[in-house]
Amino acid sequence: MPIYTHPMGQDSAFAAVALPHLDAAFNLARWLTGNRADAEDVVQEAMVRALTYFPSFRGGSARAWILQIVRNAAYAALKARQGERFIPNNGDGEADIIEAIPDTSDNPETALIRAQDLSRVDAMIARLPVELRETLILREIEEMSYREIAQVTSAPIGTVMSRLWRARRLLVQAAERGDKP
Amino acid sequence: MSAATCDKALLLQAEFDGELDAAEAAELARHRADCAECRANWATLVAAGEAVRSASRHRAPEALRRAIEARSGSAPAGVPRRWSYRWREAASFAAGAALAAAIVLAVLPRQQEGIVGSLVDDHVRALQPGHLTDVLSTDQHTVKPWFDGRLDFAPPVKNLAAQGFPLIGGRLDYLRGHPVAALAYSRGKHLIDLFVWPEANGPVAPASASRDGYNVIHWTADGMSLTAVSDLERDQLEAFVREWQHAP
Repeated sequence: MPIYTHPMGQDSAFAAVALPHLDAAFNLARWLTGNRADAEDVVQEAMVRALTYFPSFRGGSARAWILQIVRNAAYAALKARQGERFIPNNGDGEADIIEAIPDTSDNPETALIRAQDLSRVDAMIARLPVELRETLILREIEEMSYREIAQVTSAPIGTVMSRLWRARRLLVQAAERGDKP
Repeated sequence: MSAATCDKALLLQAEFDGELDAAEAAELARHRADCAECRANWATLVAAGEAVRSASRHRAPEALRRAIEARSGSAPAGVPRRWSYRWREAASFAAGAALAAAIVLAVLPRQQEGIVGSLVDDHVRALQPGHLTDVLSTDQHTVKPWFDGRLDFAPPVKNLAAQGFPLIGGRLDYLRGHPVAALAYSRGKHLIDLFVWPEANGPVAPASASRDGYNVIHWTADGMSLTAVSDLERDQLEAFVREWQHAP
């Protein structure tokens, strides 16, 4: 039984839960798919799915619930688009990238000052591996808690933490190298 | 490499993200006091945050929003066919717009409903590139005089940067034919519009509403009607209102 009730009925209850998170849904879809048209399709698909699944929504973070569905829809779209080449890194033992990072002992702020240009920062984030990118977006732009990010990305909290740390270091190091878009 | 010598990087990050409780934070603080690597890692966290702050937060296009809100069989003209088709399939979802109104009614008085809609529309329009502010300044002493001669009242302008809601600027808007002041504030990637116009009645305590995914809080004080509109979570918008009320 759904625990969420609304005087205007189930569909209104769904709208009350889902609509406030439409911008967050689109933002995540846009960052995962990399373009506006695919993001619109993904959000639309996700909302249809969310309505179907709504009776099983048990409360808690509505935003995490919606974004989890959006993320799954986006992954399905990426898989359809890229075929076998789309291999999200879902496992543990993800020490690979961090080992490849050169040491960055000097001042990260200096490099970031040069990188404040919007398109450059966007391009650097867009180049992060998808599981790092989504974790960074959910934390830094959507300001979600580790627990919520773990729900959205279906990953343990420890994995969320290590992905977030790797994403942040890669971003700062890309800026320090002066990566061009 | 440095990551091998200090195993506190993830703990430090959790502190940065506000995920540690007081005991954990205190323990970390003792360690950080003489760990050069923690200092470097903290700088990385700050720098990454600064960088992402200038990244794009992509907003749902209006057409998509309308499509998702549209009533079955009465989707507004201009909605792409594939959307209205999909939404007719998911027909029962249709009550979105009615629902937003219902929440408004539940909290704000009925006569405010139209105004809430107008202000939310105005806020959404202002989010389009280049439309946010007529006067772009983080200094209330620049923003406030800008309204002189443009309005027949002097809107209170406060900068809440110290409270985490920096002033971005202001602009002139029209609500039902009357000029109103709109002050723009930011909170992380989110924007808050505060609409101000004279109001003889009052004071009225803050009341909240939600419409089209935007939260709205309205109150009156010192002869002014104030309405905050944002896509911030309601508790954060409430915090903004509290800070505004308490700021000098």
